[in-house]
Amino acid sequence: MTEPPKNAAAQVAPASPVEPAATGEAADVVIAARGVVRRFRRPRRSLLRPGPVVEALRGVDLDIRYGERLGIVGESGSGKSTLIRLLAGLDRPTAGSIRFAGREITRASERSLKFLRRDLQMVFQDPMGSLDPRMKVRDIISEPLVALGHPDARGRVAELLDAVGLPAAAADRYPHQFSGGQRQRISIARALAPRPKVLVADEPVSALDVSVRAQILNLLMDLVEDFSLTLVFVSHDLSVVRHLCDTVVVMHDGEIVERGPTADVYDHPTHPYTRTLLAAAPTLKQALAAHRARAVAEGRQG
Amino acid sequence: MTALDDVAAAHRPRFRPRVNAGMVVGGLLVGLVVLAALVSFVWTPHDPLHVDSEQRLLPAFRADHVLGTDKFGRDVLSQLMVGARTTLFVGIVAVGIAAVLGTPLGMLAGMVGGWLGELVMRGNDLLFAFPALLLAIMFGAVFGASTLTAMIAIGIATIPAFARVARAQTLGVMRTEFVLAARAAGRSRFAIALRHVLPNISSVVIVQASVSFAIAILAEAALSFLGFGTRPPTPSWGRMLQESQELLFLAPRLAFWPGLAIALAVLGFNLLGDGLRDWLDPKLREHR
Amino acid sequence: MSTAADTPLEASTPQATTRGVSDVLTVTDLGISVGPVPLVQDVSFGIGAGERVGLIGESGSGKSLTALSLLGLLPEGLRATGSVHLAGVADNLLGLRERRLAEIRGSLISMVFQEPMTALNPVMRVGDQVAEVMLLHRTQPSRARAAAAAVELLERVRLPDPASIARAYPHQLSGGQRQRVMLAIALANDPALLICDEPTTALDVTVQAQMLDLIVELTAERGTALLFITHDLAVVASVCQRVLVMYGGRVVEAGDVYDVFTAPRHPYTQGLVAASDLSLVDDRGRLRTIPGVVPGAGEFPDGCVFRTRCPRATAECERTPAWSGSPARGFACWHPVGGDQ
Repeated sequence: MTEPPKNAAAQVAPASPVEPAATGEAADVVIAARGVVRRFRRPRRSLLRPGPVVEALRGVDLDIRYGERLGIVGESGSGKSTLIRLLAGLDRPTAGSIRFAGREITRASERSLKFLRRDLQMVFQDPMGSLDPRMKVRDIISEPLVALGHPDARGRVAELLDAVGLPAAAADRYPHQFSGGQRQRISIARALAPRPKVLVADEPVSALDVSVRAQILNLLMDLVEDFSLTLVFVSHDLSVVRHLCDTVVVMHDGEIVERGPTADVYDHPTHPYTRTLLAAAPTLKQALAAHRARAVAEGRQG
Repeated sequence: MTALDDVAAAHRPRFRPRVNAGMVVGGLLVGLVVLAALVSFVWTPHDPLHVDSEQRLLPAFRADHVLGTDKFGRDVLSQLMVGARTTLFVGIVAVGIAAVLGTPLGMLAGMVGGWLGELVMRGNDLLFAFPALLLAIMFGAVFGASTLTAMIAIGIATIPAFARVARAQTLGVMRTEFVLAARAAGRSRFAIALRHVLPNISSVVIVQASVSFAIAILAEAALSFLGFGTRPPTPSWGRMLQESQELLFLAPRLAFWPGLAIALAVLGFNLLGDGLRDWLDPKLREHR
Repeated sequence: MSTAADTPLEASTPQATTRGVSDVLTVTDLGISVGPVPLVQDVSFGIGAGERVGLIGESGSGKSLTALSLLGLLPEGLRATGSVHLAGVADNLLGLRERRLAEIRGSLISMVFQEPMTALNPVMRVGDQVAEVMLLHRTQPSRARAAAAAVELLERVRLPDPASIARAYPHQLSGGQRQRVMLAIALANDPALLICDEPTTALDVTVQAQMLDLIVELTAERGTALLFITHDLAVVASVCQRVLVMYGGRVVEAGDVYDVFTAPRHPYTQGLVAASDLSLVDDRGRLRTIPGVVPGAGEFPDGCVFRTRCPRATAECERTPAWSGSPARGFACWHPVGGDQ
């Protein structure tokens, strides 16, 4: 596997594993999470006792550096989606702190989070649900700029559509007129509108066809390079993360169980859960190799 | 990628035109009622209030009285035309009150949730418990019965229906990812309510409005019938029904014409409501 | 090294998968259309007893519609033509009345769907749902026997403590457990053919591997024919012996899984295999893609359905390509990869 090309604008190439710094954080860290806990209370089922508590995150420490391409892998219930909602300021942790570019975001009011809304944007999983069916594409894409009070919100629409490979005429249409892959492009265009520094993608290709997935992944790589973005990519698909990310974090049951450069973690996993995960994911190569082995064993093929 | 997706792709409603038969029929019926009401300001075949004891109980389809006369000799057609004014007025004002007050209430309950949302909904339930009739009687007792008190009472009694429907839809919209994306973009709650929630709940609110309009017309008719609505001698379809009661076996046509008018108006608004909802849906806007 | 890829194939039947012998299911010239618009055309294939055949394709390929048509489950407005023959049923399944089809569904042909939560009745205990399908088709004489058989089936699908699971409601089970229940229901009456439509797509990776093992094991031991529909090439390769590749409502290539994926003849298959291989990158680190977008349903071109995106297309491709090769191993292309045969 070829090494993904290093990001030209990275100030410090992440040579060491993603371990949080002992005191404060270095200047090259864009997101720093310490001791993040998130508990949910389920609705009560009996009159006397309160509902059970679910610990979605049990104390997560994480540093994300500028220019990094971080992958977060885990299955359902691992807490990965909860974590990125917290990092994006869309939810408040029960305990712990999250700093973006040095500023604390956990107890800030919505008004004071404007800087976060400009510098961090998200792309969601469901291409159908993440676009308002009643809005034209033009309005969807320019929405972040409208929210920030930009004087000419619509002006960048053509440029953004071009950046994601859609024709300018798409601006006047509605989401339902596009395919899943095209809708994800619209989602990405929207995320790029305020010129963010960090792009957080929550399973953006999981709902797409195989051939479309390849196109969108290529697009993401192009954009990350062209705009010097920091990428946080959440997925349950290990092979996608391996292709796209230079660092990976494995989550299980609300905790990070392993972290490090992608190649290291995949080739030499240390945690038993990581090993289980890697073993369970079917790859075409392995399946075909097994086919071949059986055929040879049965003497059917040379 | 599942069976349902393939099928949904095949079944995208591309063959259904935006302006469909139902909408046209509904529009015509409503147009007829509106026309009758407007024309009645300028001209009616006869003065609807003119009592003529020699011309009592004439049957329909005559040159001078197209739909006949009632027991006081008043022309039925003229009464229907002027009565149309009352009908429209009551329907629009009542539904207007209910929609303008009830929809934001429901949206608030759906967006804010928590104890405030609960409070709003319980208040809503309280209001729901009051039938329009009771409210109209109460208002009538305090302010004197009239068309105005009737329509305000009906309007207030209809608020809970809108609030319920708006809240249910709002809850669904708030769970979508595009609202999450709007929050991630930094939109204020008010902007989200206006730009995302309202357009996406509009279709159910419109359908509710057409249903409520029909109910409002019927409620006004019932109130007038009982003497709590439009006061005599102002013509009203409901009162025409009431007055036809005692002569039901002798001249059933006197119940038939206002009854037909009410039925057609109700049908028209329902069809128009459906059509309007489809017309606003971007998915049905063009042939794919 | 990988356990997922090894075990499924260990359990395949000793009776050799004789190519083209279609004991159980024979589909000939299946076509599905909505009004004048064709959605599926000229689909022909066969499945033998104990054989595992995969049907692979992306959105709009018609793979799910094909499966639904076998069971007569096409939605309103869609028409199916051609013939579908099941061993043990004299008539063409496509022409049968609903009543006769209802007898066949759940007993001769069963289906497992993608979303277990919506496929199971939420207000009925799981054990009762398994028993119901047996009582419906009268494969068990009494309620008591059906209930006992249901518990056995739940054990067979490797659910722990099957007796108490039988008393549980669907919402009390995890996604993987519910999918096993679906499998138990599908196999309860020992059908000749099992159709699975993306059964593991909604499941976690670790659960998925177990589920695939289970499907292979159970179909192998009962000699059930399997039609497995998915968009995931790795899953097809680890479960199936033969594969049919669909695009634009047509079968563009068919054959042994290993042959088709290692030496594809149709340009679409080649593109698909390349695009799904995430370790295959060019010197800029980019993945291989198939240019363009999949056209919407009913908007595929005449002639070769793939010609608008095919790097090898010529004017000749405006004629629908004939099938080259045998029904069991072949492709439909005028300019196949690797030259003409």
